[in-house]
Amino acid sequence: MNNPRPAILVAVIVLIAGVLLTKLFLIQVADDSFLKRAERNAIQRVVDHPYRGLVYDRNDKLLVYNNPVFDLMIIPKEFTVKDTAKFCQLFKIEKEELIDKYQAARKYSWVKPSPLMKAISNAEFARIQDFLIDYPGLFVMTRSVRAYPQASAANALGYIGEISGNQLKADSTRYYRQGDYVGLAGLERYYEDDLRGKKGVKYKMVNVRGIDKGSFKGGEYDTLSLAGKNIQSTIDLELQLYGEKLMAGKRGSVVAIEPKTGEILSMISAPSYDPNILAGSRFGKNYGVLTMDETKPLFNRPIMAMYPPGSIFKVVQSLIGLQEGVLQTNTVFSCNQALVKCHPHPNPTNLFGAIKYSCNPYYHQAYRKMINREVSSNTFKDTQIGLDQWRESVMKFGLGQTLGIDMNNEKGGSIPSSALYNRIYGEGRWKYSTIYSLSIGQGEMLVTPLQMANLAAIFANKGWYYPPHLVKTIDGERANIPEKFRTKVEVGIDAHHFDMVHDAMNEALMGTANRAIIKDIAIAGKTGTAQNPAGADHSVFVAFAPKEDPQIAIAVYVENSGFGGRAAASTASLMIEKYLRGHITRPALEDYVLAGKFLY
Amino acid sequence: MRQDDLYINKIDWITILIYIALVTMGWFNIYAAVYDEQAAKSIFDFSINSGKQLVWIGTAILLITVIMVADYRLFDNLSMILFGFFLFILLLTPFFGKEINGQRAWFEIGVFRLQPAEFAKFATALALAKFMESPTFDLSKTKFQMRALGIIALPVALIMLQPDTGTAMVYSAFGIMLFREGMPQRYYVFALSFVAISLLSLGIEENLYLAAGVGVVIAALILIGKKTWQRITALTTIGLIVIAYSYSLDYVVSKLPDHQQNRIMVLFNPDLDPLGVGWNVTQSKIAIGSGGFMGKGYLEGTQTKFDFVPEQHTDFIFCTLGEEFGWVGSAVMIGLFVALLIRLVFLAERQKTRFSRIYGYCVMSILLFHFTINIAMTIGLFPVVGIPLPFFSYGGSSLWSFTILLFIFIKLDSHRIQLLGRH
Repeated sequence: MNNPRPAILVAVIVLIAGVLLTKLFLIQVADDSFLKRAERNAIQRVVDHPYRGLVYDRNDKLLVYNNPVFDLMIIPKEFTVKDTAKFCQLFKIEKEELIDKYQAARKYSWVKPSPLMKAISNAEFARIQDFLIDYPGLFVMTRSVRAYPQASAANALGYIGEISGNQLKADSTRYYRQGDYVGLAGLERYYEDDLRGKKGVKYKMVNVRGIDKGSFKGGEYDTLSLAGKNIQSTIDLELQLYGEKLMAGKRGSVVAIEPKTGEILSMISAPSYDPNILAGSRFGKNYGVLTMDETKPLFNRPIMAMYPPGSIFKVVQSLIGLQEGVLQTNTVFSCNQALVKCHPHPNPTNLFGAIKYSCNPYYHQAYRKMINREVSSNTFKDTQIGLDQWRESVMKFGLGQTLGIDMNNEKGGSIPSSALYNRIYGEGRWKYSTIYSLSIGQGEMLVTPLQMANLAAIFANKGWYYPPHLVKTIDGERANIPEKFRTKVEVGIDAHHFDMVHDAMNEALMGTANRAIIKDIAIAGKTGTAQNPAGADHSVFVAFAPKEDPQIAIAVYVENSGFGGRAAASTASLMIEKYLRGHITRPALEDYVLAGKFLY
Repeated sequence: MRQDDLYINKIDWITILIYIALVTMGWFNIYAAVYDEQAAKSIFDFSINSGKQLVWIGTAILLITVIMVADYRLFDNLSMILFGFFLFILLLTPFFGKEINGQRAWFEIGVFRLQPAEFAKFATALALAKFMESPTFDLSKTKFQMRALGIIALPVALIMLQPDTGTAMVYSAFGIMLFREGMPQRYYVFALSFVAISLLSLGIEENLYLAAGVGVVIAALILIGKKTWQRITALTTIGLIVIAYSYSLDYVVSKLPDHQQNRIMVLFNPDLDPLGVGWNVTQSKIAIGSGGFMGKGYLEGTQTKFDFVPEQHTDFIFCTLGEEFGWVGSAVMIGLFVALLIRLVFLAERQKTRFSRIYGYCVMSILLFHFTINIAMTIGLFPVVGIPLPFFSYGGSSLWSFTILLFIFIKLDSHRIQLLGRH
């Protein structure tokens, strides 16, 4: 028995076992990719999308709710169609689109469902329901889209849409998945985290044909979805609707604020659009149409349009002058039209008269005193120091910077600093005569309608404000709204300086804005005209009422409608009456405003 | 009575215990492969495969009893008759067999289906043993080599008519037995080189690389050895033949039927078509690979019971074991097979007659071939060949044929003393 071959055979057996065990070790222990692929095979992650939070107005009227829609889903492995042409006809889908969607679905997964047609309407669903049974591999999944019962406040509420590739990349929490809906503008975007709720996940086991085989490990890893939080907006739906009616056919903004709280009662951007057209599957088509629209309905004017403040700024100048001690209530300047043009009014006048009659030369002279304090013997340097000090005071009124409203894309406007003029003219090459336009709110100065409404609130409150905001409670709690909206901001002007200003603004209506006067409601207001080099001036009016106990502060911009005492003042006055009285006592004025068309 | 005592004592219980262990493991895995948590049925339920397998196991025990109580001389005496009988059956199969998947490999008798090619294995093994038992049979001589190969070629040719390439391939396992019995070594060196070159030629996309590699090896051999003209000519010729072969192989493969071509190509690139041809191998590897070290636990696997792996209770039964018992379970099963195979080598070597030894090696060879190819194909080391895993795979034909094959040898082994006496 010295044949070596039996031993060789035993060695071969051991060698084979060794090779098999090594290969098994490599795929079972050393490589976990097979485990992942097994999970992808057999474990289906079913996301349970929560209900998005609803949005109510300040009186608990529904602004935004969820409407169920239906997605037609396809499972490529099970899908067969004999007569493609008939299928396309029944489901109203182009053949090319069907092929594209089928290929995409196949690429995604052979056995898992992918969308074939998204957001089918109720009627469409009812129609195709009967054919579904003839086509294996197709089923309908229910989802919900946003709906707006009043088609109002489109720009304030914003819209939701499918998350973009860039947003997905930027999502560090990895909460979102392709195809998820996310707030893209307005409140929907700002309060996305509150509104969206929390997705739930169920792990289902499926067999090779995609048939449900029960929950994975008895649901041990499943999580429940958490519905989004409801939001109560500060918007007064009735006032908002009324404002939208008044602004129909015009271009401009209306912002109404409750001065005591900073709550925005109405925020109207005209022209606007019906928010329902951006809901669900219509988004893709209609969004394009809206962006191409020359009247820019998606442009949220109250926070994005910027204009020079005009004569309204004279009130701010008066207050800063009083606070700095540069002006007294009895300070008199002549209406010297050699300095700057004016219109006929009693001459000379004190500060009260200057506000009341909106005297341009008065502010030309007063502003010079505020800027050139003779801190430096060099007049250029003196102007520079004075301007920067003044700018600081102005910015305390919330001008020249964003107010931090709960919307994205807010513009801050601008209040010029010495750096700006140094850049334009060179340092030491400009002085008061260069910048005097600022005295009457013209020149290198831009503000937004929101800032002007906030300014009205500051006047009403006599020197303080809460940053204007659109949300009153989240999940029923005021404590859930951002801290900054519950923090009072002082503007640095003593309250007593406002008394005279209130009276002057009240009297100013007589003469410059007679139409704004309401019987039995004392209004303090100021007209303005934002110069428009491209066409007719923009009509501007800010006001608050009632003067003794202000409930509403408002700014109205009507573009290309000329002097502020007409279109803007009338609109503001009607809004105030609507809010305070609940009804309109001056139908003639209403007709006048409704008839006005300033949209070219 | 003395003889009976002797006989019982001589039965190799180690082999029988391993057999019982493997069949039991197989039975539990067949249950796991078809288990459905939502409609759980008992392992004994005759409507599912595990219940049916229990019937096959029961009848296998009957077969064992028959073999063990039969006269041990029967197998020796009947070997050629049995061989002739099965050749006849194989001849009939292509004409009267039931067509399944384009093959006529099965006979249907009532509800039972039998695969004659499975049973022809043990008959061929007996015939080979009988044929080669003569002391004058010398495998170093070409005449006897041709005779041995002729006996093997007969059933192979008939099985190819069905056609069942997988089962036909199994007959090449007898080469292992022939190796033990003195077939010249050079055939094996040649065969292994042939396989290696074929695999390299198919695995390497660009034949030019292979040709260059062969060139380098030949050149090196010429340089390091004696530089006689004969040697240089011989080596150069071999090199050229290898290169020509590798080029022609691609051509031949391209002429094969599509399903065979694909089975070969998928071996080298399973991701070639993961939803189509690659599906079996890919899913099989996923199932086994997802088992990890300890496995997912009995009946906790998802890949096989949810039908991701095709043929999960027959040829791919190892997937269930790999998934649910992990590497440890696989190692236990492979360990059992290795123990059985080595035990069979040991038993064969202790036979006193050439007949028993040759038959013992035939059993070992067939089991080794099935075991190696079956496991290798489930983990992507070998193309998918439809051959069952002995004792594990579901099915009467396969369990019966392996049982008969093994227990005839256990019977012969238990009578090894008497068998000596006969000669």
